[in-house]
Amino acid sequence: MALFLLRRIGTMLLTALCLTFIVFWLTNLSPNLEKLAKNQGNVRMTDEQVASFLQDRGYSQPLPLKYAQWLGVAPGWVIEGRDGTTRSRCNGVLEDGTIPEDGRSFCGVLQGDWGQSTVFQDNVGSIIATRLGLTGKLMFWVMMVMVPGALIIGVLAGMREGSRTDRSLSTVSIITTATPEYVSGVVFIAVFASTAFGLRWFNGSATSAMEDATFENFTLPVITIALYGMGYIARMTRASMAEVMTAQYIRTARLKGVSFPNIVMKHALRNALIAPFTVIMLQFPWLLNGVVIVETLFNYKGFGWTLVQAAGNNDIELLLGVSVVSVFVVLVTQLISDIGYVYLNPRISVS
Amino acid sequence: MKDSYDGPILEIDTLSISFFTRLREIPAVMDFSVKVMPGEAVGLVGESGCGKSTVALGVMQDLGKNGRIVGGSIKFKGRDLGEMSQEELRKIRGSEIAMIYQEPMASLNPAMKIGKQLMEVPMIHRGSSEKEAYARALQVVTDVKLPDPARILDAYPHQLSGGQQQRIVIAMALMAEPSLLILDEPTTALDVTVEAAVVELVKELGEKYGTSMLFISHNLGLVLETCDRICVMYSGEAVERGSIEDVFDEMQHPYTQALFRSIPLPGADKNARPLRAIPGNFPLPHERPQGCNFGPRCDYFQPGRCDAGHIYMQDVPGNERHATRCLRFQEIDWQAPMEGGMTTDKPEPGRVVLKMENLKKYYEVAANALFGKRGDTKVVKANETLSFEARESETLAIVGESGCGKSTFAKVLMGLETATDGQILLDNRNIEATPIEARDTQTIADIQMVFQNPFDTLNPSMTVGRQIIRALEVFGIGNSDSERRERMLQLLDLVKLPREFAGRMPRQLSGGQKQRVGIARAFAGNARIVVADEPVSALDVSVQAAVTDLLMEIQREQKTTLLFISHDLSIVRYLSDRVMVMYLGHVVELGTTEEVFAPPYHPYTEALLSAVPIADTRVKKKSIVLEGDIPSAMNPPPGCPFQTRCRWKSEVPGNLCETEVPPMRDVAGGHQIKCHLTDEQLATMEPVIQIAAE
Repeated sequence: MALFLLRRIGTMLLTALCLTFIVFWLTNLSPNLEKLAKNQGNVRMTDEQVASFLQDRGYSQPLPLKYAQWLGVAPGWVIEGRDGTTRSRCNGVLEDGTIPEDGRSFCGVLQGDWGQSTVFQDNVGSIIATRLGLTGKLMFWVMMVMVPGALIIGVLAGMREGSRTDRSLSTVSIITTATPEYVSGVVFIAVFASTAFGLRWFNGSATSAMEDATFENFTLPVITIALYGMGYIARMTRASMAEVMTAQYIRTARLKGVSFPNIVMKHALRNALIAPFTVIMLQFPWLLNGVVIVETLFNYKGFGWTLVQAAGNNDIELLLGVSVVSVFVVLVTQLISDIGYVYLNPRISVS
Repeated sequence: MKDSYDGPILEIDTLSISFFTRLREIPAVMDFSVKVMPGEAVGLVGESGCGKSTVALGVMQDLGKNGRIVGGSIKFKGRDLGEMSQEELRKIRGSEIAMIYQEPMASLNPAMKIGKQLMEVPMIHRGSSEKEAYARALQVVTDVKLPDPARILDAYPHQLSGGQQQRIVIAMALMAEPSLLILDEPTTALDVTVEAAVVELVKELGEKYGTSMLFISHNLGLVLETCDRICVMYSGEAVERGSIEDVFDEMQHPYTQALFRSIPLPGADKNARPLRAIPGNFPLPHERPQGCNFGPRCDYFQPGRCDAGHIYMQDVPGNERHATRCLRFQEIDWQAPMEGGMTTDKPEPGRVVLKMENLKKYYEVAANALFGKRGDTKVVKANETLSFEARESETLAIVGESGCGKSTFAKVLMGLETATDGQILLDNRNIEATPIEARDTQTIADIQMVFQNPFDTLNPSMTVGRQIIRALEVFGIGNSDSERRERMLQLLDLVKLPREFAGRMPRQLSGGQKQRVGIARAFAGNARIVVADEPVSALDVSVQAAVTDLLMEIQREQKTTLLFISHDLSIVRYLSDRVMVMYLGHVVELGTTEEVFAPPYHPYTEALLSAVPIADTRVKKKSIVLEGDIPSAMNPPPGCPFQTRCRWKSEVPGNLCETEVPPMRDVAGGHQIKCHLTDEQLATMEPVIQIAAE
C-alpha cells in the first residue's frame, strides 16, 4: 500500500508539473504580456517602450527559465534596467544594485512565494488562502446536502426498479440535472428572494455569508449547486443499485431469508456504491469550477469569483496560483477516490 | 417442529406458471406434478428452456415481477406456499428450503466475507449470537471438506476457486439444516473431477442430514448417480415420472427414449452404432403445437390422435409411481432395437499431415500486473513438451480440464500465439514461429477452428450467407461474387441447413443451427485440419448428437483431420480415433481410444474416467474422487504435475514423484503414459467402467 501511494504521488507530481507548465506558457504568451505592460505602465506606450518594460522586469527571459524561477528551482532574476534601476524578482527594486544580506535568491511557488496580484495588490498566496477558505465553506455545505441526498434518492429509486417511487424520483433527478445553475439560480432568486412571488424567505445575495453564514443567506447558493450535482449522482446510484438488485447474490440473499431492508443495507449497498463513489469524487474538481457561476451570481467572493476577476483583468500571477490549486485539488481527490475504491471493492488489491 | 411431519416434504400438484410480457402470456410450466418424500432425492431433467428452473423458483415463490403461478399448488410439509405471507415465506427460505445455484461466483456477494455470508443464516433464522453462528459456520465449512476453514471464513469469494466457491454455496444451504434442498444445475460450471467430488459431497451430506433434494440437471448421468426418482420435462410439461430404474430401463415416453438414444453411452460407436439425434427443434413457448408437445418430433406420432387435445399424465399399469404423458405408451414396443442406424465403414487414416515435436509455450506474466517492476516476472508453462502426429481423416481428441493447456495449444496451432520452443510441421513445413498475420492464405484456410460458443462467434449484424462469403473472400476462393455465392449455398447444403438461411440473421437461428454455420465457415476454404474446441458443450443434448454426426460426416467426405478438444469423455469415446490426455500443460497419456479407455491408465485418466457420469444403469463404476483442485499453472507442483492429487503416489518408491517429471514411455504399441509406475504396477489396474452382464 505504501509503495502504491508513493507511486501515485510521484505520478501526481509529474502531472502537476506538466499542467502548470502549460498554464504558465499560456498566460505568458506575448499578447498577454503586452497587455500587462500597458496596464501597469502606460496605455499609450510604444512597442519599444513595451519591450524594454518587459525586459527590465524579467518577462523577456526564455520560457523554461521563467518557469523554473516561478517554481523556485532557479535563482530569481536580477536585471539592471535601461532606465538605470536594478530590479530583482525576489527583493524588488535594489537601491545599490546588489542583493542585500538578508535577501533571498530563490523565490517561487516552492518557497511559498506566489507572487503579487495586480488586481488586488496583495500577495497571491494570502488571497488564495482566504478565497479557498470561503469556497471550502460553500463546498462543505454543498457536499453535506448533495451526497447524502443523492445517495438516498438513488438507493430508494434503484431498490425497486420500475416502481412508482423509482419513476417519480428519477423524474426529479432528471429535471434537476437538466437545469444548469445559471437557470436554477435565477429561478430561485426570483421565487424565494424577490418580491415577484412575495416569498422572500432567503437572501438573494450571499455576500454576508462570507462573514457569518446563516440559513437565510447561504441556502440559495448551496441548493443551487447541490441540486445540479444531486440529480447526476442520484442517476448513477440508481443505475448501479438497480443492476446490483438483479444480481444473483441478491437472489441468494433473498432465498436465504434475509429481509428486504437488510438485503438493501447489508448486501446491495456496498456493491452499489462502487460506481457512484468515483463520480462523487469527480464532483470536487467540478465544484471548484461550478462555483464560478454561482459565486458570481450570488456575489459570494470565493475561489470561483477570484478566478473570474483574475482572468478578466489579466492578472497573471493570480491566475497561475488559482490553476496550481485547481490542479492539486483534482489530483488529490482522484487519489482519494482510488484508495476509497480499493476499500469498497475487495476484488481490487494494490499490494 | 421439524420432525413432527412425516408426509411428503414437497408436493407440487398440477402446477402452472406463466410469464406475462406486454405481448402475451407465456406459459413456462403447465400441469406439473411431483412429490418429494422425506430423505428422497428427485431429479428434474430436461433441455434448456423446458421450465425446470422455473419450477425451482416457483417452489421458492420467487418468480420475479412477470412470473405468476396461474394454477395448481405447491405444498411444503402440507402447507400451501402460495398462500403464505411474505413474512412466513422469509422464515421458510434458507431455514427449511435452501437452494444451490448454477454459478457459484455470481451467487456469492463479492463485497462480503464468506464467514459473514454464512453466519447470516443462523443469525436470521435462529437468532444465534455471532459467536454461535461462527462456530456453526466453522463446523459446516469443515463438513463440506474445505481445507483451513478459519482462513476460508475470512476470505472474499474471489479468492477461492470455482470448486471451493460451490462448496461454500452448499455450506450456506446447509447452515440451517433445511428439510428440502433445491439444486439448480449445481455442477455445470465446474470441471469433471471437481464435479464428481461435489456430487459425492452432496450425496454424503444428504444422507448425513436426511435432507430431501430436488436436483435439477440436464445431465442424465448425474441424475442417475444422485437421485432416487426422476421426472423428465419437455417444453414446460413433465412427460415421464418414476424411479430411476423405471425410467432408465423401462422408459414409457418417446421423448425419454429419444433422449437416451442421442447421448453417447458406452457401446455407441460412430461407425457401427451411431447416435440418433432428435429431429426438429425445441418449440418456443408460444409456438407449442396442439396436443402432444413432442408430437412433431416423435417417431410414433399419429395424426388425429396425438394432436387432438390436451394429454394428461397417466399411471403405468402395475406401477403407480411411474407415470407418462403419452397416449400410445401401451402400443409402442419399447424393447424394439433402434432402427435405421446407418452404419459406415471406418475410414483408414492417411498420411501424416500435422506433426508436433516438443512444442512448448511459456507465458511470462508480471508478478504484479499493474505496478510490476521489470524482471519481476513469473513463467506460466502452458504447454510442456507436446509431441504427437495427426493423420488425414483421423480424429484426435484432446482431453483435459480447464487450465490444462488445451486452448493454448489450439492458439499456437492456429498462429494466434507463437511457440516458445519445439516445432509444428504442417506437411513438413515449420509453422510454429509464424503468427497468423504472416501466414499465407493457404495455410490459414487449411487450419480452421470451430468455436465453443456459437452465440458469440457470429457477427450479429451480418447475414449468415454474407459471413460465409466473407470467409470465402478471405481465402481467395471463387473468381466472382456469383461463384462465391454458389459455393456458399453448397456449404449450407454441406452442413444441412436450408438454402433460405443465407439471408437470415444469426439471432433468428437456434444454437445448433448457429454451430452449423460456424462449421460451414470453418470448411469454407476446404480446411484440412479443423480444431473443434468443445464444439457441442454449449448445446443441448438432443442437438449435440446432430452436430457431432455432421462433423463426422464432413470428415468422412473431405478426409479432414479433426482435433477435437473436449472435457466430455463420453463424446470423446464415441467419436475419436486417438486420445491425448492433458494435465497442467503436460500430455500424460496418448493412445488409441481403446487403449486409453482400458487399463493400464495414467492415474489421472483413471480418475477422469471415474468422474464422468454415465446415464446407464448397467454401468458399474469404480469411484475415485480426487482431492483438492487443479494446481495453478502459475505455481505448478515440482516433479510430476499430478502428484498432489494422485492416489498411486505411495506406490512409487522414494520421493521420485515429487522431484522428477516422469518420462513419456511406451507401454504398448503407440500407447504412451507419463508416469513413474512400473509396468507391473500399471498391469494391476482394474477397469474403471464395467458394464454389468444382463
